[in-house]
Amino acid sequence: MSSFWNAWIIIISLGSVFGCWWLLFATRKGQKNNTESEATTGHVYDGIEEYDNPLPKWWFYMFMGTIFFALAYYALYPGLGSYKGLLGWTSTGQWEQEVADADAKYGPIFEAFAEKSIEELATDDAALKVGQRLFANNCAICHGSTARGSVGFPNLADNDWLYGGDPDTIKQTIAHGRNGNMPAKGLNPAMTKSDIADLTNYLLSFSNRATDNASSERGAEMFQTACSACHGADAKGTPAMGAPNLTDNVWLYGSTPTMIMQTIEYGRAGVMPAHNDLLGEEKVHVLAAYIYSLSQGK
Amino acid sequence: MSAKIPVKNIDPSSKNDAEVTTYDLYASREKIYVKAVTGVFQRIRTGSLWLLMGMYFVFCWVSINGEQLIYFDIPGRKFHLFGATFWPQDFVLLSWLLIICAFGLFFITSLFGRVWCGYTCPQTVWTFIFMWVEEKVEGSRNKRMKLDKAPNDASKTFKKVLKHSIWLLIAFATGLTFVGYFYPIRELIVDFFSFNFIGGWAYFWILFFTAATYANAGWLREQVCLYMCPYARFQSVMFDKDTMVVSYDPNRGEPRGSRKKSVDPKQTGLGDCVDCGLCVQVCPTGIDIRDGLQYECIGCALCIDACDQVMEKMNYPKGLIRYDNENTLEGKESHMVRPKSVGYGLVLLFMISSVIYAVYSRVPVALDVIKDRGALYQLTGMGLVENSYTLKVINMANTEREFEVRVSGIEGIKITTTTRFTANSGEVHSLPTSIEIDPANMTETKHDIEFEVIAVDDPTVKATSDSRFLAPLNY
Repeated sequence: MSSFWNAWIIIISLGSVFGCWWLLFATRKGQKNNTESEATTGHVYDGIEEYDNPLPKWWFYMFMGTIFFALAYYALYPGLGSYKGLLGWTSTGQWEQEVADADAKYGPIFEAFAEKSIEELATDDAALKVGQRLFANNCAICHGSTARGSVGFPNLADNDWLYGGDPDTIKQTIAHGRNGNMPAKGLNPAMTKSDIADLTNYLLSFSNRATDNASSERGAEMFQTACSACHGADAKGTPAMGAPNLTDNVWLYGSTPTMIMQTIEYGRAGVMPAHNDLLGEEKVHVLAAYIYSLSQGK
Repeated sequence: MSAKIPVKNIDPSSKNDAEVTTYDLYASREKIYVKAVTGVFQRIRTGSLWLLMGMYFVFCWVSINGEQLIYFDIPGRKFHLFGATFWPQDFVLLSWLLIICAFGLFFITSLFGRVWCGYTCPQTVWTFIFMWVEEKVEGSRNKRMKLDKAPNDASKTFKKVLKHSIWLLIAFATGLTFVGYFYPIRELIVDFFSFNFIGGWAYFWILFFTAATYANAGWLREQVCLYMCPYARFQSVMFDKDTMVVSYDPNRGEPRGSRKKSVDPKQTGLGDCVDCGLCVQVCPTGIDIRDGLQYECIGCALCIDACDQVMEKMNYPKGLIRYDNENTLEGKESHMVRPKSVGYGLVLLFMISSVIYAVYSRVPVALDVIKDRGALYQLTGMGLVENSYTLKVINMANTEREFEVRVSGIEGIKITTTTRFTANSGEVHSLPTSIEIDPANMTETKHDIEFEVIAVDDPTVKATSDSRFLAPLNY
């Protein structure tokens, strides 16, 4: 805050308080204390005259009280420009205090959960309820409240996993995030439009949607040079590097030929943010159990 | 009716300057020494006092199914009343109850005047208890007046200390009980004396209500009725010439005057009022009922009891001061049933029956549907359109229950997530739900749908909520 605005705030704040003080005492002048005089203010309306009586004492003391309250408040709390206040109160400090209080209150619950394995927690109703709340608050905005995902955000409720669906991998994904990267045109930047169409036909052939068998066969050859390094020779993907299986019916960015061609031509970059610093190890543990439980029994 | 109450005209300009130059607009209170009296109406009040105090001090100790009979659980946002649990969603019922109470008060007032003030108002009830203690400790009216004038000595100090101690004790019991309706009373007593509260709020409120009771019933008394109570200000609009109020019969009593018991009043030309002043001495608000109906009169009927005693002694018929209406006093015909009372009565009846119906037809389940905001829709691997929602199902029953959710609104609409679940009593169960539709059944990009939650054991316990299903354009 510049010193001008600093002074501006201080002058207005203190000026108002002392203005009230001045008004309170200025209007008392000339009035006899504690007596009702018969003098009038001279205001007459409809024959009704206004007495010039002093403020009742309890009113006067109440006003004095508010003035002292205001001054004490300005001394204790930050209210005068950049002055910090004697109590050193800050909204950040209050927030930190509230977080600490919440941790003290709920910490033991998460500590108890942390002692169990993710597989165990996935069958624990209490843990799953907590996990569901954590998911609703931290994950649902991208993955949906039922974890079914959306375009670009994977479905977590099925059994298809980009990086693997065992408990520890899920926890790793939540804690440290993922950076998925599909380079434009894979390893063959010289690829033409018709090459891309061939590749798309090859990928669609896995689900019997290819429109041209000759094109699909050309695509299969192209696949080996441009794509197999990541997606594997059989196009079944490589979970270790997050390269998806292209032979199933799960398409993160859309399954129409147009969308697939777009993915090949321009590439994709998916980011799952790391959550360890945001939530802490123990909450991530419970979340992993909840997400793991979603893929079980299906 | 008799002549109007004389108006006290205070006109500063008419005053002689040499005589009085200042006067006080804020008159200090004159202490009223209320003379104890017994009689029919005092006995009725003692009865209502025992009943009300009994209810107040006992209700918080009685439990139904482990719940206090009346318990306002503010942190849990639940009100337990006579075995039923009310939720914030039921607050409209509470406001209806308050409206009914207000109309009930208007109805009774139009018929019988301020009987609420005289017999049931907490201010009156506690003031009478405090006055009873005062009478027991300091003695009768005359003794109290003498005691207050007497110099301070050991006996006076002892009596005063004793009186205030008992007052404070009653006030403390009142405060503790009051907080007991917001904090489980059994825990409250233990926690209070073992200094075991989290934070000081329970202490604050107990002390606050102790202080308030002590000040109101011990010190302020009639001043609350005269200066603070709003009801005293507007009750006159409910009165009319047929309202039964505490009245002095001036036709029979006037002219008043003292006489010997042996003298026949007819020969002296006097009325029945012997001018003993007892009706003034017993009045807790310090008025003279013989001046006619005044807004200070709280309808406690102590003056009737006092006057009847005197009439009995004089061998005159009772009822010189009695519950009566202005028309009868003036020798006119009076009507108990009149448009105003019938109107109040009908409105009251209608409101009471609506609230009874509302309470009876209340369903102990509520459903809120929150549509996902992150993604408007998803497309499944099978080419179907999917929307996700979070259903919040509140089980307001006192037992755990199994529920089922259904959805309708579009042909072939189907929930693909869990539809059956169990919710504890008082739980807000959060159920993530996905529904799926074949795009062939979609005619627009948005469709109104309806969710329904039904208790498995009782199909009448159900709630519905509207929502919306979205699909991509031209899909």
